[in-house]
Amino acid sequence: MKTTISVLVENHPGVLFRIAGLFSRRGFNIDSLAVGTTENPDISRITIVVEGDEYIVEQVKKQLNKLVDVIKVSKIIPEDSVTRELVLIKVDAEPQVRSEIIHMAEIFRANIVDVSRKSMTIELTGDKNKISAFEELLKPFGIKELVRTGIIAVNRGANSIKIEEEN
Amino acid sequence: MKITGAQALIRSLELEKVKFIFGYPGGAILPVYDSLNYSKIKHILTRSEQGAAHAASGYARVSGKVGVCMATSGPGATNLVTGIATAYMDSIPIVAITGQVSTAVIGRDVFQEVDITGATAPFTKHNFLVKDADDIPRIVKEAFYIASTGRPGPVLIDLPKDVADTKIDFKYPEKVTLRGYKPNIIGHPLQISRAAEMINQCQRPVICAGGGINTSRAEQELMKLAEKGSIPVVTTLMGTGSFPTDHPLYMGMMGMHGLSSANKTITEADLIIAAGARFADRTIGKVEGFAPEAKIIHIDIDPAEIGKNIHAHTPIVGDVKQILEEIGKNVKDKKPSKWNEYIAGLKEKFIANIDNNLLNPVEFIQQLSNKTKGKAIITTEVGCHQMWTAQHYEFTKPRTFISSGGLGTMGYGLPAAIGAQIAQEDMMIINICGDGSFQMNLTEMATAVENNLSIKVVLFNNSGLGLVRQLQEFYCEKRYNQVHFGFVPDFVKIAESYGFKAMRIQKQEEILSAIDSLISEKGPFLLECIVDIDENVYPMVLNGSPINDMIGG
Repeated sequence: MKTTISVLVENHPGVLFRIAGLFSRRGFNIDSLAVGTTENPDISRITIVVEGDEYIVEQVKKQLNKLVDVIKVSKIIPEDSVTRELVLIKVDAEPQVRSEIIHMAEIFRANIVDVSRKSMTIELTGDKNKISAFEELLKPFGIKELVRTGIIAVNRGANSIKIEEEN
Repeated sequence: MKITGAQALIRSLELEKVKFIFGYPGGAILPVYDSLNYSKIKHILTRSEQGAAHAASGYARVSGKVGVCMATSGPGATNLVTGIATAYMDSIPIVAITGQVSTAVIGRDVFQEVDITGATAPFTKHNFLVKDADDIPRIVKEAFYIASTGRPGPVLIDLPKDVADTKIDFKYPEKVTLRGYKPNIIGHPLQISRAAEMINQCQRPVICAGGGINTSRAEQELMKLAEKGSIPVVTTLMGTGSFPTDHPLYMGMMGMHGLSSANKTITEADLIIAAGARFADRTIGKVEGFAPEAKIIHIDIDPAEIGKNIHAHTPIVGDVKQILEEIGKNVKDKKPSKWNEYIAGLKEKFIANIDNNLLNPVEFIQQLSNKTKGKAIITTEVGCHQMWTAQHYEFTKPRTFISSGGLGTMGYGLPAAIGAQIAQEDMMIINICGDGSFQMNLTEMATAVENNLSIKVVLFNNSGLGLVRQLQEFYCEKRYNQVHFGFVPDFVKIAESYGFKAMRIQKQEEILSAIDSLISEKGPFLLECIVDIDENVYPMVLNGSPINDMIGG
């Protein structure tokens, strides 16, 4: 089972190390990890996809909460959230197959961001399923390189994951 | 007036009311030692940095204050590591200060450089690499706050040399603001009343008192609850001393080498109140066979311990002292029941198997316990002697058993005894050790003598590693490997050359007078007891067995 967890942390050097270290020493598996600053530059948000049962997810949350640099840990409920990942795919594209690839990219609302004589680089945003489907379609052409950002997620509606500021 | 970072550090420590630092100097920490010249803080020079960390830990456990240790960068810092990890596993509040190479050369593998914040991240509660001297007062304040609150633990401050030399305007913060650290102290009232209800309803309750009782100084609340509800008490290794061993409700230490009365009581209970205990693997044995009929109330200040090893029916997160007091208010008075009567019958006095030509270590510990009336502070190393002590010394006061439980660190006892003696000048401190672990840090005898500390050492010498040998006996069909020393030094001569008085005994009949000499001697004293290596620790629960399935129990 995969679970997405959103972690608000102090934007300090070494915080990511602590979190990655915690996962490795407690034997938790990270499926994907994305980090960036938030609307508040002092706070970073880490989105982690964890592989494991309910016990593992509970332990991950509790152990993360024990880190002094971790401010808030929230589980993202798939039905109540929007998750996105960005992927860059460099695919073999001889002139005779190019139009076919462009056509497919249009269907997926992907963008062609670079073209050379023998290859094209396509940018696609979406959830895991959409990205996998697109990847499958491109495979027969020959994928030279594939890079993903890792999943980021946000709750639907006005509800937001924020810290409660104290006076 | 501006002061240097090093002066700011010392002034911050003074404001945290630090009286002692256990440490060892070196290059990168030079500015701090220079500033220490002008402070009232007393520095205790140990003979290795590991000794300093253990001494700080012993000091912290006996005094209830934060212990402070200090070392230079590189090997100084790495030598602290075992002591820091020991403190982490047993939730001991210490602040470790390490020198670091200058910020300009960090990461270039210069002389005595090591990434100590990286190395200790897994076993510190938190650590800091100071990059800006202005942050020093805030960091020290936060370090002491983090180390001593919630579930206590070690915090490390790594101070680069150039930062220590930088001049700043000193201002000590009045309070700590850490948005990521807010330990939960007060137990949830609903959970507390639920727990009380469960206690009122059950037939066969038992309290499992852990190290949290000692840490939180909750021994009186524990006693009140136990007596009010006639609830028997077992302790974990770390909970030793939290409940007087001579009390009728006391059933002994539970666990792998626990007493059979304790392990049977836990196994047959229908309600376990785990108070400041974490259900460690060595305490509960095989998870599946553990207390099959029991509902569990788990009280712990660390939410991550709830449900980690054993499912809790009623978890209560918070300070065990406050929670036990509240539960106690809601528990009905209960007279001793059939359950109390039944388990009282499980208690039996351990009779040592005595052969007059040899010295029986269990008999020795029982006699030592009688002669000191269970009132000395006992430190131990790790091995047979540690288990014999936990099983058979009749502890009557909390925080008088100072031992490395979680990490199982050999070499802990002697330096911890130094810290303990400094915390409690008037108490008798006895380090009970084996020849294996004593040889790991015996140089700390010098520290004891140098500081006029009259530490007593009881050394069980079986010329080997008894407890590892016992494991090889059971798990490797007696294929003994590397557990017998080919050379054993003359410990009496070693002790004497360090300025200890020392004597050696090897017969049963010598025990009483030797203990008298140990107790009456004013200065430091080492008593070597020659013990047969075949003396095992019993009872013993084998790996993968439930704890009521004991060998020799």
